[in-house]
Amino acid sequence: MFYRENGQFKTSYRGDQQIFPIAQDRWAILALVVFAFIGVPLLVDEYLYRAILIPFLILSLAALGVNILVGYCGQISLGSGGFMAVGAYAAYNTFIRIDDMPLLVALLSGGFFATLVGIFFGIPSLRVKGLYLAVATLAAQFFCDWAFLRIKWFTNNTSSGSVSVSNLQVFGQPIDTPVQKYIFCLAILVVFALLAKNLVRSAIGREWMAIRDMDVAAAVIGIRPMYAKLSAFAVSSFIVGVAGALWGFIHLGAWEPAAFSVDRSFSLLFMVIIGGMGSIMGSFFGAAFIVVLPIFLNQAIPLLGGLFGFDVSTAFISHAEYMVFGALIVWFLIVEPHGLARLWSLGKQKLRVWPFPH
Amino acid sequence: MSDKRIGDVILDVKNISLAFGGVKALTDISFDVREHEIRAIIGPNGAGKSSMLNCINGVYTPQTGTISFRGQTFDHMDSRQVAEMGIARTFQNLALFKGMSVLDNIMTGRNLRIKSNILLQALRIGPAEREEMQHRAYVEHIIDFLEIQAHRKTPVGQLPYGLQKRVDLGRALALEPKVLLLDEPMAGMNVEEKQDMCRFILDVNDEFGTTVVLIEHDMSVVMDISDRVVVLDYGKKIGDGTPEEVRNNPEVISAYLGTSH
Amino acid sequence: MGFFLETLIGGLMAGMLYSLVALGFVLIFKASGVFNFAQGAMVLFAALAMARFAEWIPAWTGLDNLLLANLIAFVLAGAVMFAVAWLIEYLVLRHLVNQEGATLLMATLGITYFLDGLGQTIFGSDIYKIDIGMPKEPLMLFDSVFEGGLLVSQEDLIAAGISAALVAMLTVFFQKTSTGRALRAVADDHQAAQSIGIPLNRIWVIVWCVAGVVALVAGMIWGSKLGVQFSLSAVALRALPVVILGGLTSVPGAILGGLIIGVGEKLSEVFLGPYVGGGIEIWFAYVLALVVLLFRPQGLFGEKIIDRV
Repeated sequence: MFYRENGQFKTSYRGDQQIFPIAQDRWAILALVVFAFIGVPLLVDEYLYRAILIPFLILSLAALGVNILVGYCGQISLGSGGFMAVGAYAAYNTFIRIDDMPLLVALLSGGFFATLVGIFFGIPSLRVKGLYLAVATLAAQFFCDWAFLRIKWFTNNTSSGSVSVSNLQVFGQPIDTPVQKYIFCLAILVVFALLAKNLVRSAIGREWMAIRDMDVAAAVIGIRPMYAKLSAFAVSSFIVGVAGALWGFIHLGAWEPAAFSVDRSFSLLFMVIIGGMGSIMGSFFGAAFIVVLPIFLNQAIPLLGGLFGFDVSTAFISHAEYMVFGALIVWFLIVEPHGLARLWSLGKQKLRVWPFPH
Repeated sequence: MSDKRIGDVILDVKNISLAFGGVKALTDISFDVREHEIRAIIGPNGAGKSSMLNCINGVYTPQTGTISFRGQTFDHMDSRQVAEMGIARTFQNLALFKGMSVLDNIMTGRNLRIKSNILLQALRIGPAEREEMQHRAYVEHIIDFLEIQAHRKTPVGQLPYGLQKRVDLGRALALEPKVLLLDEPMAGMNVEEKQDMCRFILDVNDEFGTTVVLIEHDMSVVMDISDRVVVLDYGKKIGDGTPEEVRNNPEVISAYLGTSH
Repeated sequence: MGFFLETLIGGLMAGMLYSLVALGFVLIFKASGVFNFAQGAMVLFAALAMARFAEWIPAWTGLDNLLLANLIAFVLAGAVMFAVAWLIEYLVLRHLVNQEGATLLMATLGITYFLDGLGQTIFGSDIYKIDIGMPKEPLMLFDSVFEGGLLVSQEDLIAAGISAALVAMLTVFFQKTSTGRALRAVADDHQAAQSIGIPLNRIWVIVWCVAGVVALVAGMIWGSKLGVQFSLSAVALRALPVVILGGLTSVPGAILGGLIIGVGEKLSEVFLGPYVGGGIEIWFAYVLALVVLLFRPQGLFGEKIIDRV
């Protein structure tokens, strides 16, 4: 409706397999990225960074990782909080124990260790699936909870059990102000999103989806289920680990194990469900939704209450959050199991033929 | 038809017995398949035909017996090994990857041959990119052959049944197999679709010399296109020979039609 | 030795509480193939209902008798759980009939969150007491055999008795009544059961009601012991490994699994804990379940899971 998508014929397979084959889409995404890097800092105030934008960026990254495992490869994971914790604490230890450790290397090392843990706890996926796998991943979550709580070495033997980092800088530039943090996270997110998109549309992505859709048939055409599943765990945990490190270093600054509890795992899973399983774009939608919803409810519920003459307590708002989350999950699963991403493409489809119904 | 260059025995099934608990699916089945031929496996429902293919494919492990492929003998097959050796198959109930497009489904058949590792794929440069395009070209070949160009980007779940069966065949062909195991490729098709499918099977056998082992219920198809036929009933072999021989075999006739009392 | 036995008995008691919650899981899974992640939330909801009703009834009706008030509260809470069961079937399950297990699992996750919020909205979010007259003083047993005797909690013993009675009632229900037979038929094969005229939807409501009652009993006992508070819903997370260990489709498995995990947790905490900094209870049950999953995915008593091509 806004622009014509027809008539753009491709003359090579390469052209056909670009990420955004339609020229206008390419321009739109480019504009979005430019706006994100340049436009947003000009418009936005500090509160918005801390409350919405930075959490959105980091959680999008984590949701991306979870989506690869759950959405593309079909392996349920309730342990992502634990993997984030591994990333955060591993990055922390490399950062403070090794002198002059560059920040980026520390963050990536967090991802690396999360990968190792992810592969280890992914081994049950070779034997079981569905609910049983969910239980196995919960074992990862609780074990990590315990490890970072009780094994003093991980927290550098602090008495309080919480750790903190400071004086972050990359390539000589300090990462101190909200704007700098925002740009740093945005850059990392863009790079990872690109790599992830490449992965899901190449051979390994097809293997993951084959395992998800029908693993017996996949074995018959020569796909090794073990390799596919463990690689999904590996890649997913790497991304989630880096996100965890970012969450601790950049967003929180100082943290304790409770920051990566099982609630975080559930929240990531919800992002993937609501946003759209098996969709890179869906991870962004889901993260945005989950980050913005509590803030929205915080404003909207007292407003609604005021309209009807009710005085609304803060306790009620947090209960309402739970109820709205729960109801939305169920609603999405019934009405649109492919989440917001599918609603988005359906919407575009409707707009294409508007004002005709089909 | 009979002066087609049929070669030596490429697949040799010996004394295969398969049981699930107390249920004997296959009892002491032996037959061979010659290179370049079209071998049909027929029999009433429940005779064990799909189970036989599943044994060859490595989906089931028989309790006794061996399977020889191109001179190598195995007492059980491993699915991936079978695919690597050049045996591909289609499924009775389609086993397509419903969440993916036609193109992607057939591309999964090329996965065995894709060599670049994860890192290269993530960066999508140089060798990974070239490899992907090469395999895309081959898959497009298959899509042309099966005449499904218009549907290449459609999610397979949305296609009509007959087209889905073609995609299943396409995915098997993508493995560049020496032997193609087809499990009721024409089930549920109307006359025109069957003619198309027959044409594809004959073309594959003709142009690429692919050996075809096919389970089929439609007798006219079997009599028309197969070189030799194996007949199973209740897990036992009751006939083996050319379509003519089998058609006149009294045991086969009674198995299908029942004897008169 | 005495100390070991005390820990053992303590573990058995704790395990029995797990078993109660696991029982609810198994019941629903057996009859509908749905894994009800919301079982813990149901326990909390039921416990909250009972606690508050027990408080409110004397206020509403001026009733003074503790036992009577508790009885009425129990019945009312049971009715509430029936309503919840019916609503869940009507609003959620009916619309997800042919979906795969993962989808249903996540739907029950959503229900968990919803029930948690709803329960606290209706009944409040403080810590509440359930006082059903359980004796709080411990008993000293066997003081002729062991020096000083074994310290056993009376409350736990009575709770064990109640649980045993509940399990016995459920067994009779399943084996001897026609509804129970229908439930077992549905658990075995949905389509076959439908084809002989068993109304699937109604059966599911019944199953969820039974699970609701089990949740209520579990909530009552837990709440009496620990007080009714939000962390009670985390109980579901503790009961999951029990179900895996025992086997998703086995009632005796749920009971045995609960006891094993209860004992294992207590013993490992007391005897292994000091070496590794304590807190083993956080992950013991889960890691045990993980190990079992690797070697025997169907659990101790469950049916083998078969994948058809």
